[in-house]
Amino acid sequence: MVDPVTDSRAAPILSVRDLKTHFFQDEGTVRAVDGASFDVPRRKTLGIVGESGCGKSVTARSILRIVERPGRIVGGSILLRRDAGNGRAGEVDLAGLDPAGYEMRQIRGGDIGLIFQEPMTSFSPVHTVGNQIIETIQLHQNVSVEAARLKATEMLHLVGIPKPERRLDEYAFQLSGGLRQRAMIAMALSCGPRILIADEPTTALDVTTQAQILDLLRHLQDREGMTIILITHNLGVVAEMCDEVVVMYLGRVVEQGPVDAIFHAPKHPYTQALLRSIPSIHATVRTELPTIAGSIPHPYNRPSGCPFHPRCPDFMPGTCDRSEPSLRPVEDGPGVSCFLYHPA
Amino acid sequence: MGGLGVGSSVRLLDVKGLRKFFPIRKGFLKREVGQVRAVDDVSFHVEKGETLSLVGESGCGKTTTARCILRAITPTSGQTLFRGQDGSVVDVASLPKSQLRPLRRQMQMIFQDPFSSLNPRRTLFDIVAEPLVANEVGTRQERVDRVAELLRLVGLRPEYMRRYPHAFSGGQRQRIGIARALALNPSLIVADEPVSALDVSVQAQILNLMLRLQAQLDLTYLFVAHDLSVVKHVSDRVAVMYVGKIVEMAETQRLFTAPRHPYTEALLSAVPKPDPRLRAHRIVLEGEVADAANPPSGCYFHPRCRYAVDACRQETPRLEEIEPGHFVSCHRARELTLRGVGQ
Repeated sequence: MVDPVTDSRAAPILSVRDLKTHFFQDEGTVRAVDGASFDVPRRKTLGIVGESGCGKSVTARSILRIVERPGRIVGGSILLRRDAGNGRAGEVDLAGLDPAGYEMRQIRGGDIGLIFQEPMTSFSPVHTVGNQIIETIQLHQNVSVEAARLKATEMLHLVGIPKPERRLDEYAFQLSGGLRQRAMIAMALSCGPRILIADEPTTALDVTTQAQILDLLRHLQDREGMTIILITHNLGVVAEMCDEVVVMYLGRVVEQGPVDAIFHAPKHPYTQALLRSIPSIHATVRTELPTIAGSIPHPYNRPSGCPFHPRCPDFMPGTCDRSEPSLRPVEDGPGVSCFLYHPA
Repeated sequence: MGGLGVGSSVRLLDVKGLRKFFPIRKGFLKREVGQVRAVDDVSFHVEKGETLSLVGESGCGKTTTARCILRAITPTSGQTLFRGQDGSVVDVASLPKSQLRPLRRQMQMIFQDPFSSLNPRRTLFDIVAEPLVANEVGTRQERVDRVAELLRLVGLRPEYMRRYPHAFSGGQRQRIGIARALALNPSLIVADEPVSALDVSVQAQILNLMLRLQAQLDLTYLFVAHDLSVVKHVSDRVAVMYVGKIVEMAETQRLFTAPRHPYTEALLSAVPKPDPRLRAHRIVLEGEVADAANPPSGCYFHPRCRYAVDACRQETPRLEEIEPGHFVSCHRARELTLRGVGQ
């Protein structure tokens, strides 16, 4: 574990400020991420939660600069603070880099690794798992094929794949879901990134396999001192894994705080409602669940003011539908974006 | 609520020794080289008005079991006795195909994916009225009235009848799927992962709707799911499956608080709990689910079981009733004290 005193003083490894990623389509503009701000503390696990369409995956893709057209970052900054250990120290604004340029390609995979939800579609079906990992290593490090192969074997061993030498020459379809996700993690970690972005890493897996993968991520974080950004809709996974939580709704951060505060003293009405509505394994058998009224608005049809106001039980007419709240701290606790705490 | 063992209860469905083996074929002549024992000697019953859930991980045979019951596929052997609305009991598994249609009206299915289970080229009216048309029920005006009634029942406005599915969100589409399933007043609804494709806030709405409809229309549910938290919310009884067999079956509360099979214990422990203060030491199972084409000897779960003894490697355990209503298939069920969740 990291010393909490020195850690709180250390600058966050990644700071996202007022990030805006919009998709320009014929029918109109989808503001997938619309002014998201949050910090990623060093060597911790930050969870980004929200329902579909909240912009959590687009946020991750924006950080890696792999947003596909017609999407584009139209505003804000993404500050990455590299430490001296991994090459060039200093700050760099990822939002200002050329997505296809040399520096961004070095950061992608080198400083920031990514694992996707569906490991089947993220591996090429016509290349062996080993070749794909070796290719990644050689892109970032000046080593021979033999050395890269040795490193790849080592990585597969590290993520707990039995008989790594043999698995190296197999194709992705020959591996089970759990093994494939392990291989994906091995590939993401092969160049020693300081930050690992995991986008729904266990959503496609069964619960017992999910438990194995979460265990593996925690173990690797302790061992390598990595920072993890975990993107998920599963609040159970967040509660088990994260130190800090960012809750998103329609492209904006509505609340950010330590995991315990988010689950035991949520401030934003959306967070409160979301926590109440999840089916819990501790619940009484056959009882009705409290629900959130309505459904997530269509992206072309964004409400004015606070995006949550049409579904909010604490809606204040004249305030919430007129102006947009901003993310500000409450007392000394988590940051909340709501007029209940910061009158307009 | 489902009657549990009380004399008044009626068995709507009685499944006895259900088996479904799929052949594995290889080579030019497609010779059969083996079998996948997808469902292997499964027996259970569902009482009228109750919800029985089949849970387990992918490949455990829960969906195949459900499909066999509906005769969407024909089982290899076994009986599925279904009590029709006229009171007669028929074996759906052995009925000739020509006689299935009247029974199909009484058992309907709700599908997992609300996006692929609705035809995008047909209006809501066409979709919901299709079972009525197929079974030649009512005149056109009667069908319009019935569809309006069904839409209201599932919480949609009847004016939506002329719209196409693309105009609706996932939760609304699942409501449409439910309306279609209810069109012919079925007594049994098989719901295969009805909420797993939905967002959390919408999941709760659909689960509440299903509970309400059950009370209102006296429906019986066979619920197939992998999410134990969801299962806990809707079920009277739960059957846990592993590699084609039921390993434990009990009343929901009992199964969750006092499981008697090590696999159930591990499954419950693996569910991430939405409370950071409960970060307990989880039981992380080693290895992977056994291959149904080439299962291990003895108890299929023994290679991953932390309580396994020699007997587990040699003898296949039988599903036994160790307490009234609590069935377990484990050699050590009576001696082990296992950890459940909740009170």
